[in-house]
Order: sequence, then structure tokens, then C-alpha cells
Amino acid sequence: MSELSAVDRPNSYIGRSVPRPNAKRLLAGRGQYVDDLRLPRMVHVAFLRSPHAHARILAIDSTAAKAAPGVVRVVTGAEMAAVCTPWVGVLHHLKGLKSAPQHALAIDRACWQGEPVVAVVARTRAEAEDAVGLIEVAWEALPAAVDMEAALAAGTLVIHPELGDNLAFQREHVGGEPDSCFADPDGVVVQATFHTGRHTGVCLEGRAILADWNPAEGRLTAYHSNQAPHMMQTVFAKHLGLREGDVRVICRDVGGSYGIKVHVYPDEMATAALARMLARPVKFSADRIEGMVSDIHARDHRITARAAVTKDGTITAMEIDDLTGIGPYSVYPRTSAVEGNQVVNLCGGPYGLRGYKARTTVVFQNKTPTCQYRAVGHPIATAVTEGLVDLAAEAIGMDPAEIRRRNLLPDDGYPFRNLANLAFEGLSHHACLTKLLAMMDYEALKAERDALRAKGVYRGIGIASFIELTNPSPFMYGIGGARISAMDGATVRLDPDGSIAIASGVTEQGQGTEAMLAQIVAGAVGVDLSRVRVTTGDTETTPYGGGTWASRGAGIGGEAALQAGNALREQILVIAGAMLQAAPESLDVRGGAVVDRATGAERLALEELGRIVYFRGDTLPKDLPRELVATRHYTPKDYPFAFTNGAQASYLEVDVETGFVTLLKHWCVEDCGTVINPMLVDEQIRGGVVQGLGGALLEHCVYSPEGQLLTGSLADYLLPMAGEMPDIAVAHVETPTKESALGAKGAGEAGTAGAPAAVQNAINDALRPFGARVFAQPFTPARILTALGKI
Amino acid sequence: MRLPLTLTVNGEPVSAMVEPRTHLVDFLREALDLTGSHAGCEHGVCGACSLIVNGAMLRGCLMLAVQAEGAEVWTVEGLTESGAIAALQAAFLARNALQCGFCTPGMLVAAATLLKANPTPTREEIREGISGNYCRCTGYHAIVDAIEEASRA
Repeated sequence: MSELSAVDRPNSYIGRSVPRPNAKRLLAGRGQYVDDLRLPRMVHVAFLRSPHAHARILAIDSTAAKAAPGVVRVVTGAEMAAVCTPWVGVLHHLKGLKSAPQHALAIDRACWQGEPVVAVVARTRAEAEDAVGLIEVAWEALPAAVDMEAALAAGTLVIHPELGDNLAFQREHVGGEPDSCFADPDGVVVQATFHTGRHTGVCLEGRAILADWNPAEGRLTAYHSNQAPHMMQTVFAKHLGLREGDVRVICRDVGGSYGIKVHVYPDEMATAALARMLARPVKFSADRIEGMVSDIHARDHRITARAAVTKDGTITAMEIDDLTGIGPYSVYPRTSAVEGNQVVNLCGGPYGLRGYKARTTVVFQNKTPTCQYRAVGHPIATAVTEGLVDLAAEAIGMDPAEIRRRNLLPDDGYPFRNLANLAFEGLSHHACLTKLLAMMDYEALKAERDALRAKGVYRGIGIASFIELTNPSPFMYGIGGARISAMDGATVRLDPDGSIAIASGVTEQGQGTEAMLAQIVAGAVGVDLSRVRVTTGDTETTPYGGGTWASRGAGIGGEAALQAGNALREQILVIAGAMLQAAPESLDVRGGAVVDRATGAERLALEELGRIVYFRGDTLPKDLPRELVATRHYTPKDYPFAFTNGAQASYLEVDVETGFVTLLKHWCVEDCGTVINPMLVDEQIRGGVVQGLGGALLEHCVYSPEGQLLTGSLADYLLPMAGEMPDIAVAHVETPTKESALGAKGAGEAGTAGAPAAVQNAINDALRPFGARVFAQPFTPARILTALGKI
Repeated sequence: MRLPLTLTVNGEPVSAMVEPRTHLVDFLREALDLTGSHAGCEHGVCGACSLIVNGAMLRGCLMLAVQAEGAEVWTVEGLTESGAIAALQAAFLARNALQCGFCTPGMLVAAATLLKANPTPTREEIREGISGNYCRCTGYHAIVDAIEEASRA
């Protein structure tokens, strides 16, 4: 054990792999997902969605639908606009970002296949769908701008003429002296064009909302499958003409989110508006087919990139030119420019460069809107960076691990600000790489690969170092004008029976938020974990906060909970001191009892303290404070983001006859600072790795030239299955952030950030004897065979 | 139009009038409030709605309720209360073999079905055995561990 830190207490749960308190309920089928809920007089909505990528709506005939069995109301875009105002997805700090007003239901024109156009409310979802089929829309199909490469070309349709062109956002950043590095006559320049395939989150629970407007109270209550209830409270209030305090958003169990459920969706806004129009509860539960065309997509990028390396293996510069297509609107309120912006920020991040130049060009197109999905921009930046590093190694004949050793930022060189202007408080690239190579037994693995290669078996090893942005401060969204809190609060309360209730602004979607909060508070106050209850996901009963996204739950919500727990313990000790005629400093709380700090001898059970404070306050000194509840808030102030780092490796086999890739093993070593629950952190890493592997090998939103999604079902859109995924070994290096007492940084996205790069490099290692390379994800058999010249 | 339906669900006799087009999983969720079975894709791919029907694992979204006439159906609620999957549930809890929990009821049915046919599967056989069930959160490794652990118990 290392020496005691501020969070190590006699009965601390920090660093312990205890099971999640809420998992038992889910294992028994007793979850409460939105679609499981029903309210009196509840009705269901189904949407008629645009079958065209781009079309004018000439007329809508709802006569037959309105007369269909069970139908309560049919609402068009014009009618909806009277209740729900449109929104524009821009942020001030993303200079020049533009977008057009987006409505809950399209009014005159639909801009992507799947955009909701007409809402039908009926007694059952089936009746609502029946009636949708009876609506006649006179469409005038319009030319569609589908190919992002052609979005800015003369002659391409401008999707929003009032914006002038299809350019949503562009940013170029230059740091250091890239031009002189590339001009160095003794250096080598390597280059490649990378593609990341447009893909999406596919939460097994589709997006869902049950909205209930109570006209007697003038209040809207929304049961929402969402990560950010307070953000949605603001959004519903603003666009439905309510005060924020008159909107309550409740997020109970959420069946997967990964960033998909943190955006504003027109069908969900329409559902809330319909509840207001009808003054009764309205449920919308996206089915899989409509989810595939209406959940946000992500990672539709083409990146041309090059790196300069000296012959002795010093990588001196990188130059990145990113192009991304985001659909017809920048998604509200986080915008669709963040992903490209992150590519500019993150490329080259693990390395000490002398020159860096990066540009992103974000364009509109008639496809499903894209926005932030798990590890926003990181898997793209890491694939590009690590792909270039491997190309550099190959060009100068150096081992991929060795070139990283020579170029990774030194572990003793922090704090450090890199050429992309990212501030690193403390990273551990070398420690992580060293641990990774030992875990995988790198030298033995290389020997095995080489021996098999001689027998015609083509295996590859791929390594990827990465950085990950976590614990965002207001610099992420607040600075741009979005009402998305970077601060979170926790309220911790001692009840008369000695149990502890926590309410927190961060939310749970299965990652273990509630377990993390319970562990921190149980240790801070000094009670058994079984005596702690946690409430999250309710704007009415939890402190204001941002929710869970950008790997902020433990680092921000956890720190607020720690401070609140510490404060409650101090309050308990003041009261106990008065009751026991002892100095509070001579006492502590351990195992649910006030104890003598020096000897650990029990002095007073918390339930006895609770009994006296709540029921026999007459026996206590008149001026004794009696607060047994404490609230604390936390927001990062020293650094805009708490960067983490890590390294991943993939070992795989390519069948050079069929192009199939078999993943044999995957490793990840990462540094998220203080690890609160090692088991839960490891599972975040593993789950993240597999989402990265999905994008690298399988998942792809393929569109026809006309803008029709060709992979709109799970029969066509391939997801990772157990049988084709490898075992994943995970280990940690711990560099706690000094900004907080807890020292925790985020861990939710590290797996996804590095996995595609590791697989890309491993495939290219396997293909090296053939001089073949792939840089376009997903790395399908067809693409591999094409690279091999076989098709 | 509604048709009469009589079957046994979790050991209890059930009689109801159902629309012929109602899928079994929707009937269980909406008519019987057995919301533990989840509709994840409604086209037979994801496995979240997996049920035990007459002793075999079936997709609740690929079977009409009226096709279950006279059948014996078990959902996660009944399998929990009977203790039939207690060892698996304990292993899933201890190993954190679930995150959001949406796939979990179906995954437990798949795991129980696998262990019934093959009480001591290898890791590869476990991976193969649950490949009809998508989990989007865990990456499967912990689920494989938990089933392996339960098979040894």
C-alpha cells in the first residue's frame, strides 16, 4: 500500500472493487427504463419521417389518419412551431460556427432521411404507427448534398441558402515551426489519408421520453432516457416558453448512452410539446429502425496527414487536414463542430513536437446529424497520430515501441503546455508504455509473430499511445454560452437510523456512478457501504449539475461528494463532542459509530446520535448546531481539462485470402489518477475498447449516393459480438490530479480513444510483408483484400 | 380483432384477449407488466427479449403472443423468483458483468440456456453461446468471466 492520502480513512472504500448497489435490481429485471413506465391517461406518439434525404413538403393530408382507431391528435410542423420554438446549434467560442434554425417537426422541407415531419398521437404505439401509414405527404424530391468531399464544390446544392454555403465551421491552428521541420533536408516525411467511418452508438435501449404536462400546476415532468437532466430542464423551458423551475426532468434507469443521449432531438422536443398541447402524458420510445436514422451519428471524417521524422527517430512535426460532414444542422446545444475541433486539439498529443499545424473543415450534408459520441474526436486523432508514428518508424527502420519511447513526453516534464495549447498537469506516458510492453511480453510476442509469418500465418502487433480529455471546466461549453453546468453538487444527509442519503447532480447510465458516490461518501463519513443510499437523475431532488458526459462523473461529482461527506462528518463530530463532553478533534466516525480517534473505541452509535438530534433535541445545548446535512459543489478551476493518458496494444491475425481479421488479445494501461473502484474502472475501459473495436472493424453507416442509409437495421449495421471480441487485459498507473482532494480523473472514454489506432497498426503490421496498408475504417475484409491487390 | 390466449407465465396461468399482431414480448410487457424483458431491436438480432418458452430460448420479438397458446413461458422475473438463475445472478453481480442492465435479462437467459446444454463450457464456447445477445456496455469480457465462474460453482 502507498502512504495514506487525504481520501484514505480507516474504513475507506477508495480503491476497493465492491459490487454496484444498483446492479442487483437490474439483474432481477426490476429496472425502470422509460418504456417500463406508464401514467394515467398516457398516450403514445409515432412520427412520420422523411423518406428523402432532401425534399420539399408540398402538402400533408392527415384526413384518414385522424379518423383511424385510437388516434388522439395529428400534428404537423407548422402546428408544432406554435408551441415549440426552433433552436440553433452554435457556441460563441467556436468562432464562425453557423447553423440554421431547426424545428421539432420539419415545416416546409426535410433535410435528411429520418427527419420527423408529422406526429401522430394515439392510445397505443401500434395505433399511432397504423395512422402514420395513412398520412399522405406530397413530396418534391430535391437534389441532395451527400458527399462531404463535394460539399464546398461549385455546383453543389447549398442546403441552407441563407447561410451562403455548406461550410459550418473551419479552424486552423499552427504551433511552433512546422514548415521548417518539413523542409529539413535530413528528415523523412511520411503521409497518409485516413478515413473514419460514420457510425453511431446503438444504445440497446432506444431513446425514450415520457412527458407529462400538468396544467393545474403549470409544470412539465419529463421521464427521460438522458445523461444530463439539468441541461434538458433548461432546453425544455426555453423552447416551450416555461420557466426552468417549472420543468422537472427525471432520469431513472438509462439503457446505455455513450454520448448519444446528451443531445437535443426533435422527436423528443415534439413529445414534450405534445404533452403540453394535450395536457396528458405522452410517451415516445424510438424503435431501432427509426433510431438508426435519428440518433446522432459520429466520426464521419477524412484526414490527410503527414509527419516529419529525423533519421535518428525524432518526430519533429505533424500536419493534419481534417474534413468532416455533420448532416444538415449543427446539433443543439453542444454543436457538431466539437468533434472536428477536438481532432485539431488532440493530434500529436502524446508527443513533444517542434511544429504542429492542424485544420478542420466542418461541412453540412443531407445525412443524419452527427455530434458527440463516446471519446469525441479522440479515436480519430489517435488513429491519425499513431498511424503516422508507425509510418515514421517503418520509414527509418525503427521498432514501433522504440520510436514511442524516444518521442513521448517525459514523465517528469509536467506541467506542460503543448503546441496545440493543451495544458497537461501530470501524465505518465512512459510508465504506461513500459507496463504495457511488460504485460503483453512484447519481445516474445514479436518472436511468435515472426515465427508464424514464416509459416504463412500473418499476425500483427499494434501499439497506440493516447491522451484523453476528462473533467471539463466551463471552458468546454459554458464559455460558449450554453447553459450546461461544469459544476456539480452533492448533498449528504444523516438520517435518524444512522443511514446516509446522497443526492448528486451527476447521473448513472451503468458506468457505476452511484457505486462511486456511495464508496466515497461511506468512507468520508465513516459508515458501512450498505448504509448508504444514492439518488441521481432528478432535477427536483438533486443539487444542480451537469450530469455525466466527457468522463466527468467521478472527477467532478465524486469530489463534490467527498467534500460533502467530510463536511457532514465534521458536523457529526461537533454534535457528538457536545454529547460526549469531548473535543470534536479527539473523535472520529468509523463503521457507523462515533469513536475515540486515538484508540478507536466506540463512543456513540450514529443511530443514537440521530435519535437524540431528531427526537430529543431538548436535551442538547441550546446553541448547538444541529445540521446533519451538508451540500458541497465542485468545479475544476486550475486547468480547463484534466488530461489522462494511456497506451493500448492489439494482437491479431489477418487471413490474407479472405481479408478477415481475428482479434487475439487486447491490452490497455491507462492513468485516470485515483482509482475509486478498480473493477468498475476496468469495465469502463473494456467496454470502451470494444466500442472502439466496433468502429474500427464493423460499424458503418453506409449511405447511397442519394442519401439513403443502407445500414439501417441491426442485420446490416454490424455490432461487436462476444464470439469475435478478445479478452482485454487492463492495468493502471495512478497520477492523481492535484486539483482535487480525491485526485480522480475520468476513465470512461480511454478505451474507445485508443482501440481503433491499435487495431489499425496491428493490421498494417500483419500486412507489412505484402507492402499493403489500410487507413480507412472500418477495416473490412473487402478493404483489406483491396489493399492486398486481390480484388 | 382479438383472440383468446391461454398460457402459463412464470408458473401462473394467464388468460387474455390479444390482437393477433401483438408480439409475445409486448404482451408480457404491456398486458402482464413483466417489464424485465426488453425490446432492443424488434427484429430478432439483439437478444434483449430472450425468453424461455417450453424449455427453449426464444426471441420474444419474433414470436406472436397467439403462438404461445398453451405454452409455458419464463421471464427474468420468474426465473429470479424461482431461484433458477441465482448462481448466474450472483456471479454477474460479483464480477460487474452488467452496466446499463438493458441486455442483462436476455443475457441471463442465454447464459442459463448455454449452461443447461454444456455445464462446463470453455471461454470460447461461452463467447459462442452468448453471441446471439448484444451487450453494448461491457465488451463481454466480464460476462464471459461471470458465466465461467457460475459454471464452476
